[in-house]
Amino acid sequence: MPQYGSGLFVSIAHLIRGLFGGTTVTADVVMTVINSLIIWALIALAALSLILLERKVAGWMQLRTGPNRLGPRGWFQTVADAMKLLGKEDIFPAAADKWVFGLAPMFVIGLSVMVMAVIPYGKGMVPVDLNVGIFYLLAVSALTTIPFFMAGWGSNNKFALLGGMRAVAQMISYEIPLVFSLLGVVMITQTFKMSAIVNAQSHVWFILLQPLGFVVYTIAATAETNRAPFDLVEGESELTAGAFTEYTGMRWALFFLGEYANLFIVSAVAATVFLGGWQGPFLPGWIWFAIKVLFMVFLFLWFRWTFPRLRVDQLMHFGWKVLLPLSVANILLTGVGIYIYQLIYPAIGG
Amino acid sequence: MVDNFGAIGIILIFAILFPIVMLAIPKMVAPRKPGKEKETTYECGMETRGETWIQFKTNYFLYALVFVAFDVETIFLYPWAVQFRKLGTFAFVEMFIFIAILLVGFWYAWKEGALEWK
Repeated sequence: MPQYGSGLFVSIAHLIRGLFGGTTVTADVVMTVINSLIIWALIALAALSLILLERKVAGWMQLRTGPNRLGPRGWFQTVADAMKLLGKEDIFPAAADKWVFGLAPMFVIGLSVMVMAVIPYGKGMVPVDLNVGIFYLLAVSALTTIPFFMAGWGSNNKFALLGGMRAVAQMISYEIPLVFSLLGVVMITQTFKMSAIVNAQSHVWFILLQPLGFVVYTIAATAETNRAPFDLVEGESELTAGAFTEYTGMRWALFFLGEYANLFIVSAVAATVFLGGWQGPFLPGWIWFAIKVLFMVFLFLWFRWTFPRLRVDQLMHFGWKVLLPLSVANILLTGVGIYIYQLIYPAIGG
Repeated sequence: MVDNFGAIGIILIFAILFPIVMLAIPKMVAPRKPGKEKETTYECGMETRGETWIQFKTNYFLYALVFVAFDVETIFLYPWAVQFRKLGTFAFVEMFIFIAILLVGFWYAWKEGALEWK
């Protein structure tokens, strides 16, 4: 089906490239720099709007109004919060390991920037269309565990240590179902390239071929982003703020920014891999992508404000004894399915 | 043409710059008044007692060990998954061998109680 106006940003990129001689090294470097700056802006925008969305949805679900003072319907609330945070003092506790403590939030947000480089935002709108796209994405986002542990250990605070330990245990446990759940899609498409995975969904979205994979991915992604019902890492009522207890000002805000950037990333990956990415009729591809990401974000918000927090043993039990066997079963089912499909239609296979 | 990973390299530079820029702004505008009381460890107002950097619960370590085994398996499974349809019956049979090896290890860890939270 036709999409109208989907080439808008691609045309702009082409125009800028033209200024620097089309396919020269300079043009590539300039485009990458522009893409990086867009990723910066996107992270800031995603965090500001998603925090507001989260608070509004939370208010709506709990029959409250949510933020409603600053600007029309409280739309400027998060902007004001961000401005306030910029002016806050950056306190280093005397007992903390200064380097580990200081570097942890910088790693979190840096990794988010790296991951966002391979997400296909629209047709021809992938900052870097790596041939190992999905593998790179999983590898880099798996590193997010380390800054959480750095924050927990470096703070030299008992709440923070517990939070950091829980973060490691939880994130490595749910890493495996997450990785396995995407394996089925790779088996069908025979590629790691993000744009190729979206192209393969022009007839049918993979949520229909991989419903089990989608469910496992969504649950594991909730745990990977440390959101309720898997928010034991922060666990406000038991650990104050978990690994972030000692952080103040902008350094704390970087964690927050990273959290919402990660929420955007897992939603974008779900939209790309299972919901057909930019595919859709009439509307431009990047609008379809935005709609699908917002749908996934809303799903994650809905989880957060519906389910109570799990206990730590339930969390580990669920990850290892329910999700992991389910994701392995999904691989087996996909393999058998593809094999039978190829026996029936040998022309299409291979 | 810049190689794909060349582009990743440029983005890496920007990934490092982003938090530095974000932290540079409060460095210029935010107050900086360190104090003895302010820099104490925050444990809800109580004086902090004992060491924080201690040897920790072994449960976490067991999960980490099982995780390493599975993670290595993942690295093998991904290249296999890409080639799955090209290799035909060979890959299909290999899938059962792969998963069987995985499940034997998983069953052993389960049996030995590495997956129980005590």
